[in-house]
Amino acid sequence: MSRRRSREEYERTLAFRFFRWLSGSKDPYLGRVEMKPQEEWREEESVQLDHLHDHQMLRDRIYDTEHNRKIIFFYKLYKLSAVVFCIGLASLLLYTVSYLPKTGAANRPANNEVPARYIEKGLQETGAVNIVTGMILDYRAFDTFGESNVLFVATVTVLILLHAKRNSKGEEEQENDRIFEPKNDAILQAGARILVPVIILFGIYIVLNGHLSPGGGFSGGAVIGAGLILYLNAFGFRKTEKLFTEKVYKWVSFSALTTYCLAKSYSFFTGANHLESHIPLGTPGHILSSGLILILNICVGMVVACTMYTFYVMFRKGDF
Amino acid sequence: MDFIQNFPFFSIMLSMFSGTVCSVLPRRAARWVNTLMISLIGVLSFVLLSYLVVRGESYVYMMGHFPAPWGNEIRAGILEAGTALFFCVIMLLSMLGGRKKLQEEVVESKHNMYYILVNLLLSSLLALVYTNDLFTAYVFVEINTIAACGLIMIRQNGRTIEAAVRYMIMSLLGSGLLLLGICMLYDLTGHLLMSNIQAAVQGILEDGTYEVPLLVTITLMSVGLAIKSALFPFHAWLPDAYGYSTVSSAAILSSLVSKGYIFLLIKIIYRVIGYNVFGNSHIIDVLFVFGLMGMIFGSLNAIQENDIRRMIAFSSVAQIGYIYMGIGMGTGVGMTASVFHILSHAATKSLLFIAAIGLTDVSGGSRHFIDLTGAAYRNKWAGVAFTVGSLSMVGVPMFSGFISKLLFAQAAVQNHVKMLPALIVLAISTILNAIYFMKTVIRIYTPEEGSEYESVTFKNMKTYAVTLVCFILLNVLLGVSSQPIVDLIEQGLSMFA
Repeated sequence: MSRRRSREEYERTLAFRFFRWLSGSKDPYLGRVEMKPQEEWREEESVQLDHLHDHQMLRDRIYDTEHNRKIIFFYKLYKLSAVVFCIGLASLLLYTVSYLPKTGAANRPANNEVPARYIEKGLQETGAVNIVTGMILDYRAFDTFGESNVLFVATVTVLILLHAKRNSKGEEEQENDRIFEPKNDAILQAGARILVPVIILFGIYIVLNGHLSPGGGFSGGAVIGAGLILYLNAFGFRKTEKLFTEKVYKWVSFSALTTYCLAKSYSFFTGANHLESHIPLGTPGHILSSGLILILNICVGMVVACTMYTFYVMFRKGDF
Repeated sequence: MDFIQNFPFFSIMLSMFSGTVCSVLPRRAARWVNTLMISLIGVLSFVLLSYLVVRGESYVYMMGHFPAPWGNEIRAGILEAGTALFFCVIMLLSMLGGRKKLQEEVVESKHNMYYILVNLLLSSLLALVYTNDLFTAYVFVEINTIAACGLIMIRQNGRTIEAAVRYMIMSLLGSGLLLLGICMLYDLTGHLLMSNIQAAVQGILEDGTYEVPLLVTITLMSVGLAIKSALFPFHAWLPDAYGYSTVSSAAILSSLVSKGYIFLLIKIIYRVIGYNVFGNSHIIDVLFVFGLMGMIFGSLNAIQENDIRRMIAFSSVAQIGYIYMGIGMGTGVGMTASVFHILSHAATKSLLFIAAIGLTDVSGGSRHFIDLTGAAYRNKWAGVAFTVGSLSMVGVPMFSGFISKLLFAQAAVQNHVKMLPALIVLAISTILNAIYFMKTVIRIYTPEEGSEYESVTFKNMKTYAVTLVCFILLNVLLGVSSQPIVDLIEQGLSMFA
């Protein structure tokens, strides 16, 4: 049971006074202690100037990194420890390498059943004459899909960092480095006119024959990309803009990756569920053979060429 | 084979495919694809998890027509499916909670790229979780690294670009060390498939050959992954990366990206090197010591911060330290505690980041404590959520942080050598946690009269408030019904071995 107190009784309690003090409605010192406002302390002007001067000197000394002994010492220590660390790490790794199995020895652990099957049955199982292509695009196609996505995500990241929207108004034309482009370099253009078609054709050849001869999507794509970059350097952005825009990049990489994804998903799904795959392997050695490998090579080649060209234009100008 | 067994493959492929699709869709459609895809993968993972709980054993899934040492392979167990489900939930909530902020902070033409990055990041996390092959793991580590850099710098100001450069350098160093380790391990064992490597490692130990390179390999892989997940001496990239990027990125980076690497490390410990081999090497003690140091120094740095986002970021350093301390304990209980803390920290840290952004928004965008006075009254939902997150981090019962601290303490008692340092540092770190989190909570609940900033109500931030409520519920769920989750983790870890 709580007891109801009268108002007066309550006002005499400690709690009431405490809460009143807490809420600030009564100051216990008011009227009991003599209180005077403090005089504002003011400096003379010369003193102020002196202070300002001291302050400036201090700032200068703090930010004078060239003569600050501690900072110089720190930088030296930093460099020294970096060198020591690198030498230490390198010698540790070299020391470790001396313990690794000898290169080329027959009893290396890496000479086991895995490469044996790739070499002995690779042609028969994948239909690719080039075993390396058979390995990366059939046995381990999932890794290669991841790898093409690495290129895709790298391009996206570079686009995020460097893609600048084109200025259409004349005022900002100064900042547009298009006007600094080399114009009509006759020797370069004459050379490019001969070389570019050959380079691109050769790149396409490498991509299409990836399953028959050394090469494949990655190397062929790089060659095509190099051809495009040469063309750009010779003829400037005005020409390449007609051919290769952001939209083209988007759709080319989209279609390449989608084709890869869908084609390989079919293969993964049938493989894992032990269903029969309806993709014919063809006769080894023919251009239309080895199942999905040709298509996958083309997809990878497109992604690689787009990535190389996009990197170049982004670092050069920030726009397609 | 049951159809459900295809789900890990579906999840990885769907998220990669949706990343590709987002590049050509209009902005709004890309957002929908992103949200739907994350939810769908979450549902798939949930179904898979319940299937695996009933089935009681893990299985391997052939990626293609060729069996494992020749072709690729993924593997699903309870722990994998559970982690995938959890990652999806956190990612979905982080995206929802940061959606409005994303629109303000990122140029509109780059939103599509953000969704591409998030989808590919999810796919790489899923692949890291499910992979049974070290090289596949490395490929997806690359995707993860590049996508994380993109997530940091998509909000373009000087600090995020600097942070992204730092992150890239440190993270690539980590990737490089990991790659060196994988190469050496391949040279020693001749395999990339996890189970085959483990068999070969046992053989190496029995023969007594190649012991030096094996030790160096273990070191390189542990240090590489420790750098990538910001263990204490390698955390210099972390505060800027988490502190200045847009809020969804900060939440995803802190609660998922670093956790993916830790999960990979746990997988390597159990399935590649073998738990006993790892436990007998002294690397485990090094991880333990660095974990302890991280717990102290991360908290000390957080106390000194005057910026709420950077304070939360430094708190991550301390929490990563807890996880490595559990791994370094060298007992199964310690590992369980670590895995539980991965979940608990992921749920709490993303909540804190998203709540903090609500508080700074009603304080004129300032992140300094002096402006945050009374912010919890201006945005009540964010205030409550931040308080819940803080209490959980400090380790108050009913919330997830308490359970993980309890598990860590229990694990410490079982290891006689490491018990004393672990318990002492756990206590000190808890007090330090309380200092900086309670300081902030008191600050945001200190009433400020005549505030110049406007308050927001539920009507202006429906998605945001619902997200916060979901986060709080998740936290309480982890804290209240922890026993079934701990049992699942233990089952999952036993499936690993």
